[in-house]
Amino acid sequence: MINFGFSINRARTIDLDRNNLRKSNEIIGEMPELQACIGCGSCTASCTAGNLTEFNFRKVHTLVRRGEYQGAYEEMNKCMLCGKCRLVCPRGINTRGIVMLIKRKLGDF
Amino acid sequence: MKHVIVIGGGVAGMQCASELLRQNIAVTIVEKQQCIGGKIRNWHKLFPSFTPADEVLAAMQQKLTTHNNLTIRTGCEATCITPQKVTLSSGEELRCDATVIATGFTLFDATVKEEYGYGIYDNVITSAELEQMFNEKNVHLKQGGEPKRIAILHCVGSRDEKVCQRHCSKVCCVTGVKQAIELKKMFPTADVFNFYMDMRMFGPGYEEMYREAQTSHNIHFVRGRISEVSPTFNNRLQIKAEDTLTGRPLKMGVDMLVLLVGMKANAHNTTLAKDCNLTLQPSGFMQPKDSFLGNVASNVEGVFYAGAITAPKNIGESINEGTAAARGVVEWLEKR
Repeated sequence: MINFGFSINRARTIDLDRNNLRKSNEIIGEMPELQACIGCGSCTASCTAGNLTEFNFRKVHTLVRRGEYQGAYEEMNKCMLCGKCRLVCPRGINTRGIVMLIKRKLGDF
Repeated sequence: MKHVIVIGGGVAGMQCASELLRQNIAVTIVEKQQCIGGKIRNWHKLFPSFTPADEVLAAMQQKLTTHNNLTIRTGCEATCITPQKVTLSSGEELRCDATVIATGFTLFDATVKEEYGYGIYDNVITSAELEQMFNEKNVHLKQGGEPKRIAILHCVGSRDEKVCQRHCSKVCCVTGVKQAIELKKMFPTADVFNFYMDMRMFGPGYEEMYREAQTSHNIHFVRGRISEVSPTFNNRLQIKAEDTLTGRPLKMGVDMLVLLVGMKANAHNTTLAKDCNLTLQPSGFMQPKDSFLGNVASNVEGVFYAGAITAPKNIGESINEGTAAARGVVEWLEKR
């Protein structure tokens, strides 16, 4: 291929018309409490893995809910299941359960 | 017998009038529209209890019907207000012993935010219009059929310097959640997305309703303001926003867009303030005498405020202010 000296970036836009929301709906259907997230960031602030790596639980589950599954499984693998996020979540979300659920549903992504 | 003029026959004005009548004071309600009731006449159900608005209205009107000392002047506006005299738009002058201003607010005109396409695209509607549709039990798309995906945009004409509305209209967040639940109940298979800046669930039961919307009704909440709306080839609406919680732009097609229009100060307030020596806030709403000890008093002795004339308020708060203003009037009349 001829190298023209430039490349084209992939669009960063989350396109809810193109994204397949089937897995996302399954995840929310199994644990509807995930929708109660108010984005406070307590989980990420207390996260052991997040202190050492780029792992951001809040961001990853929000992306998954929007149908952005790429890399979510690998991200969730960074979680050490220490459960501190579950202790601090003001909405009482079983965050560790969410990690396990997302890993189970998105293992093939 | 003492005589008090209440300007505005909405919930605050009606409550104030009925409290004054109970104290054996003659009341004249001056109402701009052809009948009293105010904005609540157009609402369907009230948050967070889903109480039918007409139940509240009927109960309030009931309290007024049995009184002989009440005069209702509809279809006229007050141009000049002093404690002793109210001048009507017809030039007629009414004498009195005190006045209560309860003229409420104006709904923000959504056409001003042209980027949202209100008045340009068929299925962009305001929250007030949606209430009307609920009342008529007829929520549908302009071209017919049911919406499969609905977006609700918060803060239209609120917290927006670009349209000179810096204040928060307070009740739109709750209304947005309430309407989302009602839409979801009406169209269970539809997806409903609320685009919000902050969720301000200030009242009792509001936060609980928000949580119920999230977990029991699967309503999606995206933090970010819709930047623009454009039509698609298949007659849907394409909306763009930033999903600020993931830090990425987001776009999607929707069948219907509901704009939660805010509360704007009446344009009339400016002239009223100038002609009657009343103090105005930078937001255009009237300035009460004191935020703690004089919420329903104005800077002019004998002129009182009740309801959304001083700031956006919900219906319960407006009714309470009606009572408080009546109490203030009675105290003032006793002093003289």
